[in-house]
Order: sequence, then C-alpha cells, then structure tokens
Amino acid sequence: LPAAVLLKDTKLMDVKLGQLGSWLAMRDFTPSGILGAVRRGYDRYYNKYINVRKGGIGGISMVLAGYIVLSYVWSYSHIKHDRRRKYH
Amino acid sequence: MLSRLVLRAAPAALRALPPPVAVGVLHTTRPLHTTQRSLAPVPPLPEKGGEVRHGFIPEEFFQFLYPKTGVTGPYMLGTGLLLYFLSKEIYVINHETVAAACILGVFIYGVKRFGPDVAAFADKLNEEKMASALAMKNEAMQALQTAIEEEKKEQWRVEGRKYLFDAKRNNIAMLLETNYRERLMMVYNEVKKRLDYQVAMQTLKRQKEQDHMIQWVEKSVIQSITPQQQKESIAKCILDLKALSKSAQAAV
Repeated sequence: LPAAVLLKDTKLMDVKLGQLGSWLAMRDFTPSGILGAVRRGYDRYYNKYINVRKGGIGGISMVLAGYIVLSYVWSYSHIKHDRRRKYH
Repeated sequence: MLSRLVLRAAPAALRALPPPVAVGVLHTTRPLHTTQRSLAPVPPLPEKGGEVRHGFIPEEFFQFLYPKTGVTGPYMLGTGLLLYFLSKEIYVINHETVAAACILGVFIYGVKRFGPDVAAFADKLNEEKMASALAMKNEAMQALQTAIEEEKKEQWRVEGRKYLFDAKRNNIAMLLETNYRERLMMVYNEVKKRLDYQVAMQTLKRQKEQDHMIQWVEKSVIQSITPQQQKESIAKCILDLKALSKSAQAAV
C-alpha cells in the first residue's frame, strides 16, 4: 500500500470535493506565492499552446475568448440597462 | 567604543562555537541534481500544440465529459448554457451583439481563407532558420575536420625535419672546414713571408760581402801593379798581338 500523498501536494483535479475548502486554505497567498502561481500558469499555457513547432489558431483565440468573457463580465453592470424589461 | 568590545569578544565567541562540519558536506537543504535531465542539449520543441476544437475549446474538455455523456455531451451542454444565458438575459442582445457577430464572421472567414498560407509562410521562416543553423554547424564541423587533416599533414612533415637538419649540419661542417683551411693558408703564407725575408736578408748580405771582396781584391791588385810591370805587360801584349796577326794573315 503506497504511502498516502499529503493534501498539500495533490493536484487540483485529484482533490475530492469535500477536501476542496481545506486544500484552498492551504495554498500560498503571499504576494510571492501569487506571483509564482501566475508565472506557473503562464508557463504551462505558453509551453502547451504557443511554444510549439506548428501552433494553430487555438493558442491566441483562447486568450481572446477569455478576454471577451472577462470584459463582458466587467461591463455587465451597464449592459444590463439594455435588457428587455418594462422596469429597469 | 562598544564596537571595540564586540570586536574583542568576537574571537572568544568564535572559539566557543562548535567546529564546522567536515568540508565535504554542502550546506543546503534542497537536494541538487536529483533529476535525470540536464540543461544541454535542449530538448526539441513539441511538434504540435495542445488540441483545440472549434478554435477556442481545449480537447481535454471533450475528453473529460466523454465517459459520462458520450460524444454529444459537450455540445448539449453548450446549447443548454447558450439558451439559458439568452433566456435569462445574462447575455444581453444589443447593438454590440451585431458588431460582435460581424467581427467574428470576418475573423473566421479570414482564418479559414488565409490560415494555411500564413502557416506555410511561418514554417518556411522556421525552415530557413533551422537550415542556416544547421549550415553553420556543418561548416564548423567541416572546418574542424580540415583542421584535423592539416594537423596530421603537419605532423607528417615534422618527420622530414630530420633530413633538413642533416643538410644544415653538413653545411655548417663545410663552412667550418673552409674556414679552417683558409686560416691554415694564412698561417702558411705568413710563415713563408717571414722565412723569405730571412733568406733575402742572407742572400743580400752574401752578395754585399762578395761585391765588397771583389772590389777590394781588384783595388789591391790594381794598386800592386807597379809601373814597370805595366810596361812589361804592355810589351808582351804587343808581341802577342803581332804573333796573332801573323797567324791570322797566314790563315786567310
């Protein structure tokens, strides 16, 4: 029976739903930790979709799609005045 | 002033510390070089990137839903979400929707139409870079190869140097010999000159002595001829001449 992996070292996809809260609490939220996380995320995305021999449109179009979604979310507060309501 | 106290106390404090651990141990807490990979040679770039479906959804999402919902699962999810957003007006249809639709249409048309050409162009650029790098590498290897050949040839040439040195040695020996003989000649000439001088001196002396003696003998003889002897000798000569003339006349 292999030794149980510490909760600290499990990846997000292997964390059970019940453990999610404690796993999230254990993460490093210092500025350097956050910076490191951003750096790691960027490196992962870059090395998977952009830093390849024959990259496709997916590499940048996913970034654009995320940008579109994020900017929609940020501007929802003034877009909601365009809804079809009798009383806004 | 207090700093001096501290400085004075420092050696004592250092001596009080435990002696440092043996030199071979590195003072690190993190293990070094435990993985197999090293920094060189750099691993080559992967050929293709992560799969993306319809341009903006990663393939992993479809694979994630496949065991539970099959092939149509993600599409059903997408349709349901879209209808939900539209009906609840979480996504609002306004003038920006029209603009977004136009832009997306143009974007998709552009990608579909010009995508392969752009990809081919980028690939050509990459190929050229690779080719130039490879060419440099091959050139460098070729240059080193020729350098090796040249070096071997030079080493072969060095073996012939023995003959060169023999010839030079012969030259030098000949020069030395010539020089020696010249000097011998010079010595011989000088000695001969000195000896000739001595011989000339002696002959000169002998000659002078001879001449002087002859002169002295002549002088004394002439002196010893008395006038009477002179008359007698003249008369004798005349008689002899007459006799001779007679015999000569007779012969004619």
